[in-house]
Amino acid sequence: MSNLLFDEPGPRARRRIRLATVAGVLVLLALLALAVRQFAANGQLAAERWQPYATWPMWRYLLGGLWSTALAAVVSAALAMAAGIALALGRLSRRRAVRLPSAAYVEAVRTIPALLLVYLVLFALPRYGLDLPLFWKLVAPLAVSNAALFAEVFRAGIMSVERGQGEAALALGLTHGQSMRLVVLPQAARRVLPSIVSQSVGLLKDTSLGFVVSYAELLYSGKVLANYNGLLIQTYIVVALVYLVVNASLSALARSLDRSVAGRGGARRRKITRVPR
Amino acid sequence: MSALLDHLPEFWQGLVVTLQMTVASFAGAAVVGLVIVAMRVGPVPVLRAVATVYVETLQNLPLLVLLVLAVFGLPEIGLKAGLTTTAVVVIALYEGAYIAEALRSGVNAISSGQGEAARALGLTFGQSLRHVVLPQALRTVVQPIGNIFIALTMNTSLAAAVGVVELTAAANRVNLLEAQPIPIFVGAGLAYAAIAACAGFVTGRLERRLAVAR
Repeated sequence: MSNLLFDEPGPRARRRIRLATVAGVLVLLALLALAVRQFAANGQLAAERWQPYATWPMWRYLLGGLWSTALAAVVSAALAMAAGIALALGRLSRRRAVRLPSAAYVEAVRTIPALLLVYLVLFALPRYGLDLPLFWKLVAPLAVSNAALFAEVFRAGIMSVERGQGEAALALGLTHGQSMRLVVLPQAARRVLPSIVSQSVGLLKDTSLGFVVSYAELLYSGKVLANYNGLLIQTYIVVALVYLVVNASLSALARSLDRSVAGRGGARRRKITRVPR
Repeated sequence: MSALLDHLPEFWQGLVVTLQMTVASFAGAAVVGLVIVAMRVGPVPVLRAVATVYVETLQNLPLLVLLVLAVFGLPEIGLKAGLTTTAVVVIALYEGAYIAEALRSGVNAISSGQGEAARALGLTFGQSLRHVVLPQALRTVVQPIGNIFIALTMNTSLAAAVGVVELTAAANRVNLLEAQPIPIFVGAGLAYAAIAACAGFVTGRLERRLAVAR
């Protein structure tokens, strides 16, 4: 952790830290009390309003939604990764005719909201006679938008492999394609693994757009459930907690992968900051 | 094409709402991010823990879930606010976590001699943060913050899913009237691309102007 801004605290600093701790805890408790009061005052704490979420049928329904979320996320991640590798290689190609379109795709898609793509698939394509099944109405726009993000991750990974590796492969008589496939890509793949996992958290978050498509993933299942039993805030809190558990585990996996990749040495790491989505 | 031109007022209205939401929530997110990062690099363990939990929670929740929870859930416990206001607050809280992380990586990039020198001069924690660390940290994170700004602009479109009529929702409404999806959605996409291009231009200029020769 950063100890940039303070030394080992002396007596006065310790007193100040204690004071700040007490103040912080008091503010937290006050916020908590306020929340509980709001819940209680509006009768939302009543046991029968939370009871349903201690029963199996409710969870079976929500877990069904989670399964659909996972399915959509895995399929769109697979498609986006395949396209992402192609785009990354295209962007690093020696031919302008390949390089420019790949770069244009990545830059253009980065500046279009995923929801706009979803609306396009939802309302525009049917007019031109292409009415996809519900699943693909969610997966197709997600794959299109995430391909650009994965492309940038792969490109950074390929560029992080030392030039000498590719040059040595060429000197050994491998063709350009062979050196990419046999020497550079395997090393790049290992380095980008942590970023891939944390991108996948973003993609999993994007699948909540199923809410708009009315594809029965986790959030939409929550909506259906809330409309059915009228427990709005309870249902959405439970849904949020499920997302939190799944994504936090994936993020923890990304961090531990990151450490083990760094521990293997040699990998020059650039700190990447995550971009919200 | 005429579909686009006939409905320019609606598009304009949507664009204005998008821009208002972007500016308001980015300002809010900047404040949230600064507070969180100050807590996170500070010496008080409780505040550090709170800031860490805040960042982890918000980065691992989909924005749409937070928007739905706030728009449909909070009225149930008596917290009612305007639709756009709610969306702006939620987006600000959400993006604040990302800004805090970007700032923290900027703070960590500063050499420890800077902090030590500030303390040796007798500056307090707040002073050294304000006068020494943050000015340098902010310079190194202009590009990441610019990217967050662009992503935030794209994210305001999610407010359309909970009923705010901003650019995406306006495009959708016009399309329902005119049924000419290609020009309408491409027009909206171009508007977003223009905002992103402006943001990219500004961050590029800022980065060059703020760069310190070391």
